[in-house]
Amino acid sequence: MQQKDVLPMKPEPTEKRAATTVPLNITGSEAVIRSLIAEGVETIFGYPGGAIMPIYDALYDFQDKVHHILVRHEQGATHAAQGYARTSGKTGVVFATSGPGATNLVTGLADAYMDSTPMVCITGQVAAHLLGTDAFQETDVIGITMPITKWNIQVTRPEDIPGAIAKAFYIAGSGRPGPVLVDITRNAQVAKFDFEYKKCDYIRSYHPVPELDTEAVKAAAALINSAKKPYIFCGHGVLLAGAEKELIALAEKAGIPIASTLLGLSAVPVDHPKYVGYLGMHGNYAPNIMTNECDVLIAVGMRFDDRITGDVSQFVKQAKVIHIEIDAAEINKIIKADVAVHADAKTALAALIELVEPKQHDEWIKGFREADKKEEEKVSRKELYPAEGGLKMAEVVRLISERTEGKAVLVTDVGQHQMIASRYYRFKDPNTNITSGGMGTMGFALPAAMGAKVGTPEKEVVAVIGDGCFQMTLQELGTIYQSEIGVKIVILNNNFLGMVRQWQQLFFDKRYSSTEMINPDFVQIAKGFYVPGRKVTDRADIVAAVDEMISHKGAYLLEVVVEKEDNVFPMVPSGQPIANIRLE
Amino acid sequence: MQKEYTITVYTEDRIGITNRITVIFTRRGINITSLTTAETEIAGVYKFIITVISEKEKLVKIVGQIERLIEIHRAFVHEEDEVVYQELALYKISTKALQNGNIELLIRENNARILTLTDEYFVLEKTGHQQELIDLQAKLAPYGLIEYSKSGRVAVVKWSRRFHDHLKELETRRPDNLKQAQYKEHTEVSAEEESI
Repeated sequence: MQQKDVLPMKPEPTEKRAATTVPLNITGSEAVIRSLIAEGVETIFGYPGGAIMPIYDALYDFQDKVHHILVRHEQGATHAAQGYARTSGKTGVVFATSGPGATNLVTGLADAYMDSTPMVCITGQVAAHLLGTDAFQETDVIGITMPITKWNIQVTRPEDIPGAIAKAFYIAGSGRPGPVLVDITRNAQVAKFDFEYKKCDYIRSYHPVPELDTEAVKAAAALINSAKKPYIFCGHGVLLAGAEKELIALAEKAGIPIASTLLGLSAVPVDHPKYVGYLGMHGNYAPNIMTNECDVLIAVGMRFDDRITGDVSQFVKQAKVIHIEIDAAEINKIIKADVAVHADAKTALAALIELVEPKQHDEWIKGFREADKKEEEKVSRKELYPAEGGLKMAEVVRLISERTEGKAVLVTDVGQHQMIASRYYRFKDPNTNITSGGMGTMGFALPAAMGAKVGTPEKEVVAVIGDGCFQMTLQELGTIYQSEIGVKIVILNNNFLGMVRQWQQLFFDKRYSSTEMINPDFVQIAKGFYVPGRKVTDRADIVAAVDEMISHKGAYLLEVVVEKEDNVFPMVPSGQPIANIRLE
Repeated sequence: MQKEYTITVYTEDRIGITNRITVIFTRRGINITSLTTAETEIAGVYKFIITVISEKEKLVKIVGQIERLIEIHRAFVHEEDEVVYQELALYKISTKALQNGNIELLIRENNARILTLTDEYFVLEKTGHQQELIDLQAKLAPYGLIEYSKSGRVAVVKWSRRFHDHLKELETRRPDNLKQAQYKEHTEVSAEEESI
């Protein structure tokens, strides 16, 4: 990343002082920046304002060490930090001011909390003596964000800043990751103190790395060894633990088919012989229905979301369940585990591989392939190779998948296009699927794609966005231009809030209440932000347009007008058993 | 089945911890019927005693979510027979009532005691289980009860010996890096001690 205008550097007297043994007497603001540098932070997504100005002033002296990306809305900063964290594996960092700056973080914090994304948000706050007085731009950000952060803290004295930031990074990145918020009052930012930084590696009431229970691993291995139809669910925890290789090794050794959750996508290459598809309400047919056929279910790093289970009372009743999960509160929360392995996925799987017997279950896996044919015939073929009519979302996604060889980072927003992209993109490499899973936050993709690109500049990043979603955060095109972030933006435009429309068609008697959109000219909008683009309406033009987008250096927006009233199938109607999955 | 349970939570001493705990009950729409909190015998470690009317299965999940909070040591849900507990009530009654012979009998039978006496009113204190305190309130009503106040629950767990050893051990550990005090380096607690 390069700054457009490199601002002249102020002299740095404090640097010299650091070399001596005299304690570094600096402001709280400078301590914030030095603490972040000590944590290895290179990129910050943020937006300045009154209560955080001293911190921004301190940042001015460290522009060669920390790159600040000025977003256009604080929500954009949070999603960018999420995209950054999920591609780079580092903790995303956000700056925002007090009051409205802080409240604009709420959606992103909640999203990061649901999707276990490490993020540290630093907010400015009014001076300590004004707390609770309804001062200008004062809001109780600690109270507001308490249920949607892994931890938060308000700092009112400069000497507490290094400790709070150290603890914030430790908590955000350890165990089951999550967002943390540090609120720093203005007086703590401006007062001076003797700075010293020590990383945090221990909190006596917090045990992020559970000790592996070898008895539980033995019990799990015994179940797997006696299973006729074992079945693996691969969740986000596999990616977070970096346990993709172990998972695949287990599946290969014991001959077990693997299905993925939405956030587990990309952990296992789509073309792997043991991979059987994507689970959930709009997932693949075979992996969904086979859930009720297996005799041992091995759920790894996932939390049995209702979009996966459907009606819980009729979900895997016939099978023994092994649940490998780092968060104790997730075990037995939705599905009772017969064997609970409370551990990091990588540790648990490595131990499990040693104890499972080499086996193959070819007939069992063949069952999945048979069921696939039904989906292929009823759904996929029509979606991918339509003989007539308007462009289909699926054919556009599959074309992008082919042209990027499945190696791009795919960032999706929320709705029909998200489900289609998750179904038809053929992922090859881990951590290349970035989407808002638990929260389903519309407007996530554009800012998340910016962060994903900054986190992995060497990779192609393609954001697939619906016309509704795009209009929620499109101002981030300004950030993309200013910070020269080369993301590829594909708007699948059906002039509808497609998923809501689909539900209205199927469950609300086709009463299309407030779902049709009269849209602006997206290519003109991009042009206004100096982002080149193109609009495609005909099937004949799509290949050339996708090629043009991919070969373009820098950001590019491709608007594809797709079939207006299309539905995503398969579909498990909300709250119903998986067996009721519909193919049309 | 809905019934009364006692929940105990051991926490660090940190602003807002009550909020963090209670919001978990709020999310699931569970009404807290009483909440008592005070420092334990270990400096810096607090104990919350919460009573709720709910189902065990639900509460086990809630306790899991409470334990997930960073500044919580442990949280437990207890059946009535797992805890020894007491509550306390104060009753402010018109002094005129003393002229009635029956009140003396009430005080004796209920093991209540008079804390203070003025020309206008006197204050009775009684400890016991919730229902006993409510029963006495009903009996005192005809005598001109001016004010009544009942505490939350104070409870000790019947099987908690090893947990208190564990708590004592905590005392020897660094509380966390936000506290400046010098504590000796922590030593790992064995799995058995961890599991109470």
